[in-house]
Amino acid sequence: MHDLIATTALGEAGPRADRFEGLSIAENPDFALVSVAARLDRQEGLSAAMKKAFGLALPDVGLSRAKGALSAFWTGPDQWMIEAPHDSHEDLAAQLGAALGENASVVEQNDGWVRFDIEGPRASDMFERLCPLDTRRMQPDAVSRTSIEHLGCFVLRRDAGEAFSVLGPRSSAGSLHHALCTAARSAL
Amino acid sequence: MSQTHRLTGGQIDSSRVLNFTFDGRAFQGHPGDTLASALMANGVRLMGRSFKYHRPRGVLSAGSEEPNALVELRGGARQEPNTRATVAELFEGLSARSQNRWPSLAFDAMAINDRFSNFLTAGFYYKTFMWPAAFWEKLYEPIIRRAAGLGSISLQDDPDGYDKGFLHCDLLIIGAGPAGLAAALTAGRAGAQVILADEDFAPGGRLNAETLTLGDATGAEWAAATLAELSGLPNVRLMTRTTVIGAFDHGIYGAVERVSDHLATPAAGQPRQILWRIYSRRALLCAGAIERPIAFENNDRPGVMLAGAMRAYANRWAATPAHKVAVFTNNDDGHKTAVDLLAKGVQVAAVIDTRKDAPRIADCELLAGAEVTDTRGRLGLKFVSVRLADGSERMLECGALGVSGGWNPNVHLTCHQRGRPVWNDQISAFVPGKDTPPGLTVAGAATGAFSTAAALSGGSKAAAAALCDIGIKARAIPMPRAEDAPVSLMPFWYVPGGKGRAWLDQQNDVTVKDVKLAHQENFRSVEHLKRYTTLGMATDQGKTSNMGGLAIMAELAGKTIPQVGTTIFRPPYTPVAMGALAGRAVGRDFHPTRLTPSHKWASEQGAVFVEVGNWLRAQWFPRPGETHWRQSVDREVLATRKSVGICDVTTLGKIDVQGTDAAEFLNKVYANGFAKLPVGKTRYGLMLREDGMAMDDGTTARLAEHHFVMTTTTANAVSVYRHLEFVRQCLWPDLDVQLISTTEAWAQYAVAGPNSRALLQKVVDPQFDISNEAFPFMACAEITVCGGLRARLFRISFSGELAFEIAVPTRYGDAMIRRLMQVGAAYDVVPYGTEALGVMRIEKGHAAGNELNGTTTALNLGMGRMVSKKKDSIGSVLSEREGLNAPDALMQVGLRPVDETQPITAGGHLMRRGDAANAANDQGYVTSVAYSPCLGHSIGLGFLKGGGDRQGEIMQLVSPVTGTNVEVEIVSPHFIDPEGERLRA
Repeated sequence: MHDLIATTALGEAGPRADRFEGLSIAENPDFALVSVAARLDRQEGLSAAMKKAFGLALPDVGLSRAKGALSAFWTGPDQWMIEAPHDSHEDLAAQLGAALGENASVVEQNDGWVRFDIEGPRASDMFERLCPLDTRRMQPDAVSRTSIEHLGCFVLRRDAGEAFSVLGPRSSAGSLHHALCTAARSAL
Repeated sequence: MSQTHRLTGGQIDSSRVLNFTFDGRAFQGHPGDTLASALMANGVRLMGRSFKYHRPRGVLSAGSEEPNALVELRGGARQEPNTRATVAELFEGLSARSQNRWPSLAFDAMAINDRFSNFLTAGFYYKTFMWPAAFWEKLYEPIIRRAAGLGSISLQDDPDGYDKGFLHCDLLIIGAGPAGLAAALTAGRAGAQVILADEDFAPGGRLNAETLTLGDATGAEWAAATLAELSGLPNVRLMTRTTVIGAFDHGIYGAVERVSDHLATPAAGQPRQILWRIYSRRALLCAGAIERPIAFENNDRPGVMLAGAMRAYANRWAATPAHKVAVFTNNDDGHKTAVDLLAKGVQVAAVIDTRKDAPRIADCELLAGAEVTDTRGRLGLKFVSVRLADGSERMLECGALGVSGGWNPNVHLTCHQRGRPVWNDQISAFVPGKDTPPGLTVAGAATGAFSTAAALSGGSKAAAAALCDIGIKARAIPMPRAEDAPVSLMPFWYVPGGKGRAWLDQQNDVTVKDVKLAHQENFRSVEHLKRYTTLGMATDQGKTSNMGGLAIMAELAGKTIPQVGTTIFRPPYTPVAMGALAGRAVGRDFHPTRLTPSHKWASEQGAVFVEVGNWLRAQWFPRPGETHWRQSVDREVLATRKSVGICDVTTLGKIDVQGTDAAEFLNKVYANGFAKLPVGKTRYGLMLREDGMAMDDGTTARLAEHHFVMTTTTANAVSVYRHLEFVRQCLWPDLDVQLISTTEAWAQYAVAGPNSRALLQKVVDPQFDISNEAFPFMACAEITVCGGLRARLFRISFSGELAFEIAVPTRYGDAMIRRLMQVGAAYDVVPYGTEALGVMRIEKGHAAGNELNGTTTALNLGMGRMVSKKKDSIGSVLSEREGLNAPDALMQVGLRPVDETQPITAGGHLMRRGDAANAANDQGYVTSVAYSPCLGHSIGLGFLKGGGDRQGEIMQLVSPVTGTNVEVEIVSPHFIDPEGERLRA
């Protein structure tokens, strides 16, 4: 076991949490993320291998789907991100690579992203000051790519309540956090 | 003398008092007042000076169409010029000032312009300031700007925040007058997602301004009840103080919400304004109509105003501009003003109606078939001259005159996508044509249906139709009984005769004579008329003035008004503050910032940072006692070359390339070959654009048979990725290759210098042999460090030293730099920044952004032979163009000063010794310079014609900009270790 201590995307020892009236914004560093892109003409092989190894049926355009500790969300034609808790799945890329073989190109994305979990009845009041997504009409399993303060982000709706995750570029975690909190303060 | 012109009633809260000042004088008003209504209630008619002639002016309208009453609000950094007093909501402590006057509003020295008006007619700029051209910028323009001005700005940063936002709806209803409210009620009850936007702080439109009844309620009561129902509907979003400013493509509308304009300072964290982008499936324009004046001599005197505005002030704001007023009209509607003001106890001297058969509606004197020919009164109206039907003149004493020339449907937004309104003879006005923006329909007075009953039923029907159109079940709902009077009007645009000036466009000081002059000088197209006279070119876009100009032009040209046509309205509907357009993108928030994994550590070391794109990179790391950046940089270079240095190179783009055709793909995008690169090796690659010019360079490592990791320059990371996706998706979709950026997933550090291997051996886990034999120059491997952390190691060198780049998952990047520095202490390790990086790469002769500047080829860069002829790659064919391969093509060379104390200047050009320093003698130019602490003198890289064969030649380096002229020797660009012995050590 190595002895290097991780920092969060915001450069701290522990995750940041901010509370507003009717809304919380919490950095969540405990996610492993792996991109899976089907090799040419191997879409069916990939789906089958994923189903066989993890019981996970890859979701359709604009959707996410969970199975056990893993969840997948669609990112583009024949491309998905697979998410799982980091501390139990830090080697998710290796696991997926082994299971999917020549069906897919698998790339570790754990640390390419920062994730903020946004929860509360006023969540959409904040989002409408940030991005053109109609978060009020997003289905519980919907996911979309959007631009927040010039940053390419994924916005995922986590469940039927008002729970969302925003995944943004890790190097701009501070700017993204600032944008989210500024919008929340402004809207709430 | 507080509020001497305040009437009873109105929709103001007279139980509360708001204190405000105008030009330093203290006044009182009430909640519900605008600045204009409060000033009026205090007997103030004079509110500003006109733009060009500094004529005293008062308020013309009671809405956002106001051309005249432009004032400066607030003070300090919040000072805000050119605000329309008619829409500025009164608040406690508001400070307002008139503008464009000196020394005072009542005595304005610049009013001398008015005496010279014969010279300042239409086109005077073009005629007067033509010659000499050089005088324009230095003399004419400053003088004109000082004399003809609007308000002034604070020149301080705006202390308030502005938001941008995005909204979605089934139906956007623009305007909350009777039509808009009826529409919102219909759509709201049908369950559709509705946005109802109104620019006023009190929705209701003319329902608040008139004395009409709806069923058993007053218009204002019905509006209030309807708003109460709408605010209880969760599917209806009621947006007050929100102006829809533009109709854009695909049902998208822009709107500005003035969140805090009615407050002295915004609440904590709250924005001043929000610029909304509204995505609508359908939109309904219920913008009502705007009254138009009649032009006559001196019709701009304070106290002369629109008739509908006069009764709006009386009914809604309980304010009258004078205790005795008169009305000048060509239609029945104007008489309402007399009726309403009489009801409020204001004297009405007479109703002057241009129609000989004018009906008697108000209980006051009626002068039928009469015209107002002139006005009198210094700084405010005292008398109007009336030419009676029999031709005799009569003077009427009155302090205000309400003028009505009829109403124009407010078609502004229907024109934003070049829709042309069509003429309606019934109301003598333009109404929306069929070519409105797709998805936009119009209801109420904006269509020319001017009665309240028509507005209500039209709004309801139009909302139901719009919803049915998108598959939402809706039907028109019953509306209360309301007045349904037909329009009765005789077109009348201006009073003929007279020698004085009759004003059309009061904001830009355009008169009837100016229009006639334009016609006389053959500027007869309506677009020429507009530009020559500036009619309608002010911030109000001529909402109250265009029609008068068109009518006069039509008369002069012997055409009808529709034959003359109209100019086009464009967004924004009303002026928009720059702050709202900027939103949050101000100062440091102009763009997002990217931080490297070692940023926190580098900050602790006191690093000086430089912006590289969005990245902040350490430029150098000053140590105590170092007072000049060169001291730090020289030290970092020397220490690295002597022992070992570390630099964060995470910012370089990293692109993961996988697939069974990954090698072939790289062969196509790189000019040099990659297919045969062995697994575990890295290769330098040069990428060309399609036109044969160098695009980017970097190294690509082969981690597995079908797995490569490409690096790009920091600056081009995004554009190279985009290029690769284009190649993959569009040029060769049959290749099996997948791409994804991993730039920020890995923290990558360059470890350079003779002791770099020794240092790394202290962190690389012992099972990985990184000796020169096992891990030679250009090797790469996936390894583990610090007891099992996955990492990548590349033996590549930008500095020319024995060097490695080591990458770990970013979350461990901070721990890694601390560990490397800690274990490196034994070797006197130094961190180095981008400056030292630059010095070392110039010493080594490596090209960077300065050389890959978009105009250089592989040949220029000394890499012509790298462009493989054995395969096809992007740009290889066009790189063979004759012009790019001339014998005297520019070649990269090194430069050293003959006199080593002399600096080499970047951007300087190379000339033969003895040649005159001019463009004809230009032999090449300098791209990169540095002081080499290893050599003890300045060095440079540059491009020189036929440079490959000119080593040893002494040339002059000339920069007329900096006055430089030094002698330089052309040398090899590889100043340090030209044989590469160090990096292979």
